[in-house]
Amino acid sequence: MKASAFSYARATSVGNALELLAAHGDGAKVLSGGQSLMPAMNLRLISPELLIDIGDLGELRGIALARGTLRIGALARHVELLNSPEIAAHAPLLTEAIAHVAHPAIRNRGTLGGSLAHADPASELPACMLALNATIIVRGQAGERRIAAADFFTGIYETALSADELLIAVELPTASKDSLHFFHEFARRHGDYAIVGLAAQAIMRGRMFADLRIALFAVGDRPVLAAAAARLTGIAITPELLSETAAALAGELDPQEDQQASADMRRHLAKVLLVRGVSTLLGRPELAGVLA
Amino acid sequence: MTAHVSVSLEVNGEPVDALVLPRTNLADFLREQLQLTGTHVGCEHGVCGACTLRVNGDIVRSCLMLAVQANNASIETIEGLSDSGEIADLQAAFRDRNALQCGFCTPGMLMAAQDLLRQNPTPDREQIREHLSGNYCRCTGYQAIVDAVERTAQARAGKAMPEQMP
Repeated sequence: MKASAFSYARATSVGNALELLAAHGDGAKVLSGGQSLMPAMNLRLISPELLIDIGDLGELRGIALARGTLRIGALARHVELLNSPEIAAHAPLLTEAIAHVAHPAIRNRGTLGGSLAHADPASELPACMLALNATIIVRGQAGERRIAAADFFTGIYETALSADELLIAVELPTASKDSLHFFHEFARRHGDYAIVGLAAQAIMRGRMFADLRIALFAVGDRPVLAAAAARLTGIAITPELLSETAAALAGELDPQEDQQASADMRRHLAKVLLVRGVSTLLGRPELAGVLA
Repeated sequence: MTAHVSVSLEVNGEPVDALVLPRTNLADFLREQLQLTGTHVGCEHGVCGACTLRVNGDIVRSCLMLAVQANNASIETIEGLSDSGEIADLQAAFRDRNALQCGFCTPGMLMAAQDLLRQNPTPDREQIREHLSGNYCRCTGYQAIVDAVERTAQARAGKAMPEQMP
């Protein structure tokens, strides 16, 4: 179908975009790459009165490294994240995950800020923000707020972003030398939304995890930071412990059923990904069989 | 404010100035206002890839881009790539290998395939499949398409055997 009629405003600055948002509130939608917004509008799932196009705002572009923090502008396109040497060096989890986001033609226009603000619970980047302990920076006319990724995603397509605020940038702590990452998702076709996916960022101390952040996606109404992962830090991991942790993980998830998978299938796949991720990160293939 | 918006862009090397409604997507603008009907409209929500074309050198879904967003952009459609001869060998390979039947997906498929060959002149079959994974074909089963892209890559690399007509 085609989108229903709407008005269009090309924002000339962040300040101008915030004025338009303040004036139109819920009736307005922010347009960046449009790779989630336009399908929703073409399917008539949403019919905003006004689109505020922020595509020309150069101040929202760029990937910069400063004092142990990687700052990525909201308008950074997926293809730019994929090809960025800074991200490959300092947040390699993101480089790996981006290759699973849709297809080349979508990645050429979709933006990081758009994906996060859209907050599809099955998409890869919100979960990566949780695993990477990102800070999401939003701005309204009253000023800026810095929101931890763990507090940002509040439900299906829902975030802590108010209707009069704009997502400006994301800040990621750079990965230390002793960190490792793991990313995997199950999908029907490469580039489709995941049935279940997992993004993990670990800090190693010897052969143990000093820190382990595991985020799952497509397992509920928002990306989930696995509380069960805490069981695996600072301890030598036995097959029994990993098996118990997988069971605990399944217990903390509340997946939805849809045409792709039942809730039980999603719980099972989450356990499979946890075990696969932990055994891969530790380089211990003997742990991979604990669910068998 | 739902009124027409003025846009200036370049389409296949020619300057275009037009008035468009904000809701008009780029595919419909090209097809209905410029009569460039080579860009096909399939699913209209970014899944099928039939509307794939180039904006500023990058392939995009023209059903997921508004015509107003193409202001100041350089657009290349299948008509442009055909007329310039840029993909004549790829088109010939599609024809020779029967990599199309109804042809609805073909313009988008050629766009995506040429995009791959520009970025990676010697892709393997898995890389071809991955790059074309966003383009649906309901006729061929993809095997012949992958063959045609692979054969074109080999020919461009100067490794091809002389073409055999079936």
